Amino acid sequence: RRLDMRPLKEAIAEAVVQLCQENLASIKEAAVLDIVYNHTFQNKRVWTVYQMTKATGGETDIFDFTAFKRKFKRRIQSSLINVTINFKEFEDNAIWIRIAWGTSYTKPNQYKATYVVYHSQTPYAFISKSINRSNLPLLCQALIVASNYGDIREMELRSHCLDSLKDIVFKRYSQTFQTHHPKPLQERNVAPENVDPRLIQEDKSEKERIQRVNREVFGDGPQPKLEFAQYKLETMFKSNPKMVNVSERESFRCLVKFSSPHLLEALKSLAPAGMADAPLSPLLTCIPHKARNYFKIKERKGVLAASLVSP
Amino acid sequence: MQRQQRFESQRAKMSVVRPFDKLPVLNSAAILLVGTDEDLQRQLAQTILKEKKDFKISIHLATSLPLPAERDHIRPRIDLIVFMINVQSKYGFKNIEASLAHVDANFFLGKVCFLVTGVGRVNHCSVDMSAVRKLGDVYCSPLVFCELELEGIRISTAQRLLRMLQICAGHVPGVSALFFSSLMRSSNDE
Repeated sequence: RRLDMRPLKEAIAEAVVQLCQENLASIKEAAVLDIVYNHTFQNKRVWTVYQMTKATGGETDIFDFTAFKRKFKRRIQSSLINVTINFKEFEDNAIWIRIAWGTSYTKPNQYKATYVVYHSQTPYAFISKSINRSNLPLLCQALIVASNYGDIREMELRSHCLDSLKDIVFKRYSQTFQTHHPKPLQERNVAPENVDPRLIQEDKSEKERIQRVNREVFGDGPQPKLEFAQYKLETMFKSNPKMVNVSERESFRCLVKFSSPHLLEALKSLAPAGMADAPLSPLLTCIPHKARNYFKIKERKGVLAASLVSP
Repeated sequence: MQRQQRFESQRAKMSVVRPFDKLPVLNSAAILLVGTDEDLQRQLAQTILKEKKDFKISIHLATSLPLPAERDHIRPRIDLIVFMINVQSKYGFKNIEASLAHVDANFFLGKVCFLVTGVGRVNHCSVDMSAVRKLGDVYCSPLVFCELELEGIRISTAQRLLRMLQICAGHVPGVSALFFSSLMRSSNDE
């Protein structure tokens, strides 16, 4: 017998409505509440990372939140009157901006708001993927104007987990450093298993090598959480020449997408699980270092960095 | 690519598993399990150890051949090699194909068998069944299909392997490993 939650939900909703009416709540309070909700459930959205660059000769000014808000609002409202813009600052210096977009003739759509997370001490902004692409240039403009930067570009880095994106671009995950002298495997505080002497593991040294290589590549700490890596291949089809007559020198277009609830941890466990050679292809292991999970691979020159995509 | 390089350099050292290069030990037998799925390997090994037997057994686990040369002098004579093929892993299958080159031809007179797992999950099969059967044909060795994750099947497979091991080690008078070729005959051959 299922518990009927509806009366309970309705009661709560009515109580909230009444509370709002008594306290003369406006759109502003609702918007701020929306920000709080989205901040709590931030991993429901897909975030794209944007990087801003200083104009040549620009100085690092002390961040003025009030001025930022004013400049941001002004820039957007100068092009579009029908918008709702709200700000909220959180711990860890994160500024959340909520923008509900309208058009010249319609009121802002409060249900399809865009969220921007900006850390004032860094040149990075994280924009939720719900944005209507036509409003993106205006948003980017407003960001650089308000934060005194010269230019902004979209990075090839997207994920649900906002914290992991921050970990990658702020370099907060455990990084590995190249050592000249390979260290012998350190003794770990692991109780020796009660191994039956009749059971002999023949390739113990190979297993140790795999563990060592894995640690060198991935480091010891937890990996940032990404859900996919995408490789767009624009390479020539290489086949047995006796096969199909692919005489036309045309690029063979192919898209390879890796998806996983936690892609980097999955990659890290491939070699120890006996599913791949160690070390893995650098195309996979470079993801956190290069701060990207979308790649374009062209002929001959190997991995080609995607050209700067202007918003 | 790296697998290839290791294969080449080690092949040059002629490190091949041979069936008769060492003296047998009284009332003992050694089985070698080769495969990349370590968990399954370990589970099977432990099931084999639990079974009642009246001889001393040593179970050697490896992900691929050749076996490390530095342990050659302490390793006993291998009586039976079991290659564990997981049809869900193409990587594992390629590993086994490469490992077969490091087995002396004399082993293929009944002292090798292929254990094939993972056939139950049809959607996850990445190795073609015809390739697996071809392997059995080319190397004249029986294919044993089993789903080792199920305890009952694991136990019966362990018992079967133990029986084969006894015969391969020469513990059963009048029966030699050459008799296993009768397992190879299928109704198609008639």
